[in-house]
Amino acid sequence: METYHGKSVLQGIAVGRLYVIEKKESSWTKMTITDADEEVMRFQKAREEAVSQLDELYQEAMTQVGEENAMIFDVHKMMLEDLDYLEAIENRIRTEMVNGEYAVTVTGEEFAAMFSSMEDEYMKARAADVIDISARIVRVLEGREEPGLHSREPVIILADDLSPSETISMDKTKILAFVTKHGSANSHTAILARSLNIPSLVNTDVEITRDYHGKEAIVDGVTGCLFIEPDEETLAVKKKEQDAIRDKEEKLKLLIGKENITKDGRKINLYANMGNVEDVGKVLESDAGGIGLFRSEFLYLGRDSFPTEEEQFQAYKEVVSRMEGRKVIIRTLDIGADKKADYFGLDPEENPALGYRAIRICLTRQEIFRTQLRAIYRASAFGKVSVMFPMIISVKEIREIKEIAADVREELAKENIPCGEVELGIMIETPAAALVSAELAKEVEFFSIGTNDLTQYTLAIDRQNQKLEPFYDSHHPAVLKLIEMTIQNGHKEGAWVGICGELAADDTLTETFLDMGLDELSVSPTYILKLRDKIRSIG
Amino acid sequence: MKTVKYVITDPIGLHARPAGLFVKKAAEYQSNISVKNMENGKSVDAKRIMAVMSLGVKQGNKIELSIEGADEDTAEKELAAFLKENL
Repeated sequence: METYHGKSVLQGIAVGRLYVIEKKESSWTKMTITDADEEVMRFQKAREEAVSQLDELYQEAMTQVGEENAMIFDVHKMMLEDLDYLEAIENRIRTEMVNGEYAVTVTGEEFAAMFSSMEDEYMKARAADVIDISARIVRVLEGREEPGLHSREPVIILADDLSPSETISMDKTKILAFVTKHGSANSHTAILARSLNIPSLVNTDVEITRDYHGKEAIVDGVTGCLFIEPDEETLAVKKKEQDAIRDKEEKLKLLIGKENITKDGRKINLYANMGNVEDVGKVLESDAGGIGLFRSEFLYLGRDSFPTEEEQFQAYKEVVSRMEGRKVIIRTLDIGADKKADYFGLDPEENPALGYRAIRICLTRQEIFRTQLRAIYRASAFGKVSVMFPMIISVKEIREIKEIAADVREELAKENIPCGEVELGIMIETPAAALVSAELAKEVEFFSIGTNDLTQYTLAIDRQNQKLEPFYDSHHPAVLKLIEMTIQNGHKEGAWVGICGELAADDTLTETFLDMGLDELSVSPTYILKLRDKIRSIG
Repeated sequence: MKTVKYVITDPIGLHARPAGLFVKKAAEYQSNISVKNMENGKSVDAKRIMAVMSLGVKQGNKIELSIEGADEDTAEKELAAFLKENL
């Protein structure tokens, strides 16, 4: 048995097999070969492997998304069998005496260039398909795995660190726990783990090696330990503890349907945070009073083009209708900084957290913003929708936003598209916004305090940098003062105030927040009943 | 040699998915089959998907198949039916 330690992000225990996700960068270089026949054979073998991967993907896609959508894998397969393409690669290997990786990549680029030069937009996009199939062969030639999770049974994921675009494509029902070597308690993996209610360790002192793949392991979120190939005794003890934790969760379920009220009669709203549309099931299960933060950027991540108005509308509508009249607060696109998608074409920045992100993108690239607002307003006809804007620093911004919103609304009215009442609010996540909250409150109906960013900006601490964790104090009096100030200023103008950052789930602060007069806490669905239990014990 | 003339009615033309179906069908026959986009006169082997895609055949474009080989009669009949049904 091997034992490692990490920082736990959720109290829970998972037992299962390890699934190692290694990030191997492509590292081939152009090489001269001596035996062309051998190199062609090597290429042909890799191609066959790539074809059988596509076969599997096709079968999987058939059962999951239907034939229409699965067809692309079949087309990819046919491209991999295309004689023009194969002959071009073989010829290149033979005549230039170069390695397969080079021959495949260059040939792929040539074919892609041919498609790119076509007039038709749709055909132009096929260039991506050729690049994709070529990359697949090169991956096989290099012996690299396709990134992502491809497991039939639920597993414990062991990785260096995971980016949001890597986790988004993972089937969440196949994840028992995350263990990462890097990452902090505020990293995306940690946040995802909390929202999935799975025990996870970050900043763990384990080496990420292929040798661990498939081995049995225990993740103990209570003590922060990872046991690989545990002995029978440890296994028995941990399984018992796991049962005890499950029992406790069962008991919390008795609080479903009960009020969030303290013994001395103070009430507070408990709402849920969510990202993917599929999370709404968890929100409903959690008995949240509404959705306090719908991170709409998840609709934009893990894909290679902007989601259309219709796609967004369908997603919002589904969430809003399933919430059956309970409030759904949609946060407009918060992309940039650590959440990126290539198709936005954002330039690399020296200091992304202080850079071109969120509302700053929306106000300068208004076509993106308007499409989203149209989708949100259209969805508002199906339930109770609020919308809030991230990264605000000034009154000027919110006035501009309100003008755009009014314009979009008017446009929809002209097209005879129905909309409901939509409450407008802003995130308070910059010290600037907290400090001018008295003025901002006159412009909006609510504030939602994003404590993760507010803390990082107030303390000047990068939350992705694990070296800074000793300096990070989530209860820093400066942050608490800004929160209190925001609540008071909001209330003076009749705006309600909530918290939607990770701090909202910190039950050692629940009483403090109640004393400050906070109206709402929005947390991962996992925490709703735990907080209800806490609130009902106060007073 | 047999020829089949056809005007594409599929709104997205002879693109990836339909091209895939077409190439698959063409591959069922022994005969040599070429497909020509009458708009630009470009002609390619109908059994090679990338080449077929590179014709850039759109809705309303006329194409012409030339079929030559042992099973050209069956191929002519079946491919004509296939085009009508799918494209």
